[in-house]
Amino acid sequence: MEVLSLLGDGMILSLQPLNLMMILIGVTVGLFIGAMPGLGSVNGVAILLPVTFLVPPGSAIIFLAAIYYGAMYGGAVSSITLGIPGASTAVATTFDGRPLAKKGRASLALVTAALASFVGGTIANVLFTLFAPLLASVALSFGPPEVFALMLLAFATFVGLGGDDIPKTVFSICLGLVLGAVGFDQISGAPRLVLFDYNGFLQGIGFLVLAIGVYGIGEMLWTIDQTRGDVTATTPKMTVKGMASDTKEAAKKGWKGTMIGSFLGFFVGILPAAGATPGSLMSYGVAKMVSRKPDEFGKGSVDGVAAPEAANNSASTGSMLPMLTLGIPGSPTTAILLGGMVIWGLVPGPRLFVDEQEFVWGLIGSFYISNVAALLINLAFIPVFIWMLRMPFTILAPMIFVLSIVGGFAATRDMFDIWLMVGFGLGAFFLRKFDYPLAPAVLAIVLGPIAEPTLRQSLLLSSGDPSIFFTRPVAGPITIVALILIFLPAIKMLRRMRNKSKKPA
Amino acid sequence: MKLTKRSLLGLVGASFLATTPMQALAQDWQPTKPIDFVIMAGAGGGADQIARFIQAVAEQQDLTNRPLVPNNKGGGSGAEALIHVSTASDPDHTILVTLNSFFTTPLRQENLGIDIQTFTPVAMMGVDPFVLWVHKDSGITTFEEYISKVQEMDGEYVMGGTGAGQEDSIVIAYLSGAYDLDIKYIPYDGGGAVAKDLAGQQIMATVNNPAEAKGFYEAGDFVPLLAFSDERMPAYPDVPTLKEKGHDFSYYNQRAVVGAPGMSDEAAAYYQDLFTTIYESEEWQGYLTSESLSPLWMNADEQRDYWALQVENHMELLAALGE
Amino acid sequence: MRVGEIVTAGFLALLSIYLMWKSAELPIGYISGTGPGGGAWPFWLSAIMLISCGCIAFNWWRGTSPASQSDEPVLDSHGWRSLIFVGGGIIGFVALVSVISMYGAIAVFLFYYTWFLGRHSLLLSLSMALITPVALFFFFEGAMRITMPTGMSFTDPVFNFLYDIIY
Repeated sequence: MEVLSLLGDGMILSLQPLNLMMILIGVTVGLFIGAMPGLGSVNGVAILLPVTFLVPPGSAIIFLAAIYYGAMYGGAVSSITLGIPGASTAVATTFDGRPLAKKGRASLALVTAALASFVGGTIANVLFTLFAPLLASVALSFGPPEVFALMLLAFATFVGLGGDDIPKTVFSICLGLVLGAVGFDQISGAPRLVLFDYNGFLQGIGFLVLAIGVYGIGEMLWTIDQTRGDVTATTPKMTVKGMASDTKEAAKKGWKGTMIGSFLGFFVGILPAAGATPGSLMSYGVAKMVSRKPDEFGKGSVDGVAAPEAANNSASTGSMLPMLTLGIPGSPTTAILLGGMVIWGLVPGPRLFVDEQEFVWGLIGSFYISNVAALLINLAFIPVFIWMLRMPFTILAPMIFVLSIVGGFAATRDMFDIWLMVGFGLGAFFLRKFDYPLAPAVLAIVLGPIAEPTLRQSLLLSSGDPSIFFTRPVAGPITIVALILIFLPAIKMLRRMRNKSKKPA
Repeated sequence: MKLTKRSLLGLVGASFLATTPMQALAQDWQPTKPIDFVIMAGAGGGADQIARFIQAVAEQQDLTNRPLVPNNKGGGSGAEALIHVSTASDPDHTILVTLNSFFTTPLRQENLGIDIQTFTPVAMMGVDPFVLWVHKDSGITTFEEYISKVQEMDGEYVMGGTGAGQEDSIVIAYLSGAYDLDIKYIPYDGGGAVAKDLAGQQIMATVNNPAEAKGFYEAGDFVPLLAFSDERMPAYPDVPTLKEKGHDFSYYNQRAVVGAPGMSDEAAAYYQDLFTTIYESEEWQGYLTSESLSPLWMNADEQRDYWALQVENHMELLAALGE
Repeated sequence: MRVGEIVTAGFLALLSIYLMWKSAELPIGYISGTGPGGGAWPFWLSAIMLISCGCIAFNWWRGTSPASQSDEPVLDSHGWRSLIFVGGGIIGFVALVSVISMYGAIAVFLFYYTWFLGRHSLLLSLSMALITPVALFFFFEGAMRITMPTGMSFTDPVFNFLYDIIY
């Protein structure tokens, strides 16, 4: 097969000593950039782009792909060890990764994340290699109504996420959606919800500002209050034998979540408007739905770590697909890579796959190699991350605060956002005390700005007729499934309530 | 691991850095801090691409003793960037890559209190023309066929763009007025998303910079119908201009670099020299050709006059839009 | 907790009303032919927030949520102290950033936390407070090319010296 020989050439290129060294360095650098709250692959790629201008594109992309992969693995590290999702794609990883770490099973969570990421990345690479042009046409068939239907499906998985208190969960979702609407109305181009008429709100409220505020400050304050500042250090033991048994356990308990995440993540990831965050969230939701032990989710389920981690790696690889086949960025990182391709003198677009085979397959080949390198390097560093957790809490806590503030600034470059972050942190502390679930708000602020414009674009297309979501061949079934999933729990609950009211009578 | 530009250069074995001469025009003033290189658009768009290209050229030829640090502030049609730059605590180290929202945003949002004439002119790197595109499966090959198709659809013809008051919507509004067209306009959040939905035929036509549609054009998916430039574009010699069709209208997106208000004359001179060097570089001239940008070099005074003229033009255009 | 629950719900209800009022600056209705107006999305979501607050208040009155049954104070004296010392420390940290630069503020905050709150030895506290900002400086400015605030102008000589090292 021609594809395989091209891919082989690409891999051989990656395995040349110099390129291999660049992969190792790139993955390590990427791992630490990704593990830093606030920084992600987009930073790593953006910073190193000018440097790649100096070398042939073939070598440049290998380096960038290595950083990209390293950062994707790293995202899970801060979610699990610090409890702060470093990127929106890693929010779902905190749901079960953090509880596992608190139970002293951080190494199990980290091993699971690494393995799931590896499998997710590999499956995505294989799908990519075999079906790229076909999948590109699928991506093109997703217009605004289809993307909105998909967002509805993502919201449906929220239903399973919140706590027991339904009004508080609903409040949290809506709060996130409204905060996501601050800044500008994309459709009319008018300023919107510029709170207190303060110009700082014109730029909107970023995901990281809310996420770092809630997790890096609010959750930390809550932990300090709850434990009276004396966190009984769960001293995790770290031995080679322990890691081997963790690997076994991760493979045994997490394979289902990994499979769900790998495939679902990939298909959501190839849609340019959606991206890895809905992919990882939906995978978590589906893994919980099909699990035989759904009660374990949120309390430290291995599947609950595996599904979103497999999904976000798979989706990130998937988001390369619209970039390479259509010249359309599926994520901020691929947007920067796309800019890089112009700098390297390549023309992004449908011709790239045909005209620049060496470049495209060199990149895909380096994905495979980077993925293996990232797995090995990540596993090697797990003891370091665990060691961090063993630091006394009175040293770890201020370090987390410092990383939150510095990382927050690095992401937004604006002191106003830092103040906002501190404000959200204090607010989150009190809401946490009164059992308001905050994860839905953090996810809603990512999904809202995708859902609202696509909803309104669709209605513009149909001249205000909402039936557009049901009549289009792709959007229709997705919408219907999403609506069923959203209302299923409500129907169940109503029935339960009716049964209850009948009983005493 | 500490990873700096130079250690990386060593890593990739690029050695010609040492042979490139330092900037010929030695200045009294040199930046002492990293330069805040603000971009009026989000990551990945046309303006961002240009900024990163400029940064790459500066880095490659080691033109600055402190790095240009790209800083995307695209929020609110560039309002975020304008506020950031005009309130910069250190105007000597703050420069801005602009688009036409440099003119339109202060007009559309007077409450921002931005007066663009207070900004410091640095360099006009070129202007980006606009072209009307349709998908090849529409069967439309000429502008006349397009006009009759839109009129026939009577309000159901769907075009996509980057939003009300943005560059492409101004062009579409002019077109609608001149030919009495009723077009359904769908706003997207960036040129890439617009191009994708044209490729997927979710929308029927767009007005885009050639750079954003080039890949699809070369693959044969997009058909250019009309250019909004003064003269026919070298890369698209068969595409007529609106001027040829008898309407005195042309529209370009400016790709200019400006300094923060209150920048010292010495610093302004430094940046003007720096960007002259970049402008004259082989790389930038090659970029202008490959991305179909038109050169429009101006000195500082000419730039100020150009701004005043553009503000006036846009006031009329926006008024026609009903803003 | 019982009082706190209703006060929080009341406060959030006020927030919802403010957001509704603010959203209403743009059209909130369904414009025929084009779909919902620019303010509709946040307006109606804020309205749902307000309704949720109503439900929370109703549950409070019924006493079904755990917080509404608890007589514990929201924060006991230890809770208040740790909130003021830690939360206040963070606020002080951020306030100091615009005076003595990001790195200076990090040093002060780390020293404050480890020495004053954490009761670690002076040597450990001082070395943490000095090594961390230096390491972060080289990571962010040198490797990542992200410039942090340098505070007021009196810090310039220090930073000019440091920039000379890394660039």
